[in-house]
Amino acid sequence: MKTIRVGAGLGFYGDSWRPVRASIERGGVQYIASDHLSELTLAILQKDRQKDPSAGYARDGVPMLAELWPLAAKHGVKFVLNAGGLNPQGAREALARTFRDQGWKAKIATVVGDSVHERIDELRAAGEPLAHMDSGAELGSVRDRMLFASAYLGAQPIAEALAQGADIVLTGRVADAALTLGPLAHEFGWKWDDWDRLAAGLTLGHLLECSGQGSGGNFGSAHEWALVPDYAHLGYPIAEVSADGSALFTKPPGTGGRVSFDTVRQQLLYEVHDPHAYYSPDVVLDMGTLKFDDQGGDRVRISGASGAARPKTLKVVAGYQDGWMGTGMIGFAWPEAYAKCRKAAEVIGTLVKERGWAVEDTNVEYIGYDSLLGANADPTYREQLNECFLRMTIRTRDRKVADAFGRLFPWLGLSGPPYVGSMKGIQPAKELLGIWPTLAKRELIESKVEISLEEIK
Amino acid sequence: MKVQLWRIAHARSGDKADRADIGLFAFDAPTYEVLKREVTKARLAAHFAGMAAGPVQLWPLDNILALKIVLNGALQGGASRSLRMDNLGKNVAAQLLRMEIDAPADLPRLKTG
Repeated sequence: MKTIRVGAGLGFYGDSWRPVRASIERGGVQYIASDHLSELTLAILQKDRQKDPSAGYARDGVPMLAELWPLAAKHGVKFVLNAGGLNPQGAREALARTFRDQGWKAKIATVVGDSVHERIDELRAAGEPLAHMDSGAELGSVRDRMLFASAYLGAQPIAEALAQGADIVLTGRVADAALTLGPLAHEFGWKWDDWDRLAAGLTLGHLLECSGQGSGGNFGSAHEWALVPDYAHLGYPIAEVSADGSALFTKPPGTGGRVSFDTVRQQLLYEVHDPHAYYSPDVVLDMGTLKFDDQGGDRVRISGASGAARPKTLKVVAGYQDGWMGTGMIGFAWPEAYAKCRKAAEVIGTLVKERGWAVEDTNVEYIGYDSLLGANADPTYREQLNECFLRMTIRTRDRKVADAFGRLFPWLGLSGPPYVGSMKGIQPAKELLGIWPTLAKRELIESKVEISLEEIK
Repeated sequence: MKVQLWRIAHARSGDKADRADIGLFAFDAPTYEVLKREVTKARLAAHFAGMAAGPVQLWPLDNILALKIVLNGALQGGASRSLRMDNLGKNVAAQLLRMEIDAPADLPRLKTG
């Protein structure tokens, strides 16, 4: 019986591809599905592209393939990656240059048409208000501050590119799980209205899209996290899939990490809202019918996915300029470390007020006490901390204010409370970005999607 | 008896736009029944009153002994405009594991200390 093995590539822009080697060498994979884009990543890529029109793609895609391709080619492994970012064509040109320099052969496909930044007025003229998906707010002034807008494409163009013979498929924004669903639909010839099978593929893509998080990494727990073996060599997850969509979820032999009922179900619900209606461009998944059978030895059998018809709209996420963040930090040692941080925060607050700066929001956190747990931090030992760091951040429309805010802090070293550390430079203003999720009719987007293939000989 | 959730469950959280979402998982079926009974929308809203401006959503998943929790309006507008150290809400699950509930003393996998 035919099975297809898909291995996880990266889980975010900047993730490590070192573990992918084990999946190719001894994981028996035919495909690597590599996710380089988070909600934030396109904003970073947009800044790159403003400086250099040939940029705008995830810069880790080319070095990843440059390192892994000889091994992948030897094992007949194909790559599907969204490292094209805002410029899949530019990514392909860069990749093709590398392949030619090395004398490697490959058919490289690109999928474009996801970026709608240049089409906002056209979409609105076609009757799409592009109101905020959650709040219903109108696009209004956000329109003028928009930095990027990209639709989440589905798995169909990826499957089509593979059908044309691509060894590497470079996309821009696609649903993360489509990187896995595309190869599965292509290999098994799944029909695009076979909702249960598409739902199965979506489930597996979702489990693979965060690399190590699908195989024991970031296992949110007290104590159990320490039982995950060999973090240093944690293997990325692999799905061995059958034609009916059921799968064995595992990882390469001889790697660290853990694939178990606990680690897999934790990833299943990650960044999911209604689990009975998990939307993707290709199908809507109900996670309530899934079955997990932990067979031991880092093997979990997954079956029972049920799907409903795909939505008539595609999700579009735009990013817009939303002010500047100023950051200041200062650390104090015992005695009264926390009390001294409080005093420093009060002093800084006074200085900001006296300067009359236009500040929209101020955030005060005490690193070592509550910067990660917020109001749920336990105050029992707060007054006895060995050391504590004040971190203050402001949001302002004025970049100069954000820059000046950080410069208030060094003065405290000689003129504030005693036993100071952490004077390690001043943090410049950081641009803040608003995220605008919205919906648009799929025909308006999909009619512009193009697949092209280049053969490097 | 009063029990903090870390003694009977595990959890992971993430972000999407201005929502923090948490998966809360019981180690066994008896504990799952306790979670379903005790971890209510009202309790969650009170526990996260300091960070979540919007309503709490909650779905039980019997097939994986889990609760799916969504905190709306919890990320200062979203990770990319948040001023917080934990702009991605990765530690919201740890915050949840500190929540205290009423639980029977004979749960099969009750952790101590």
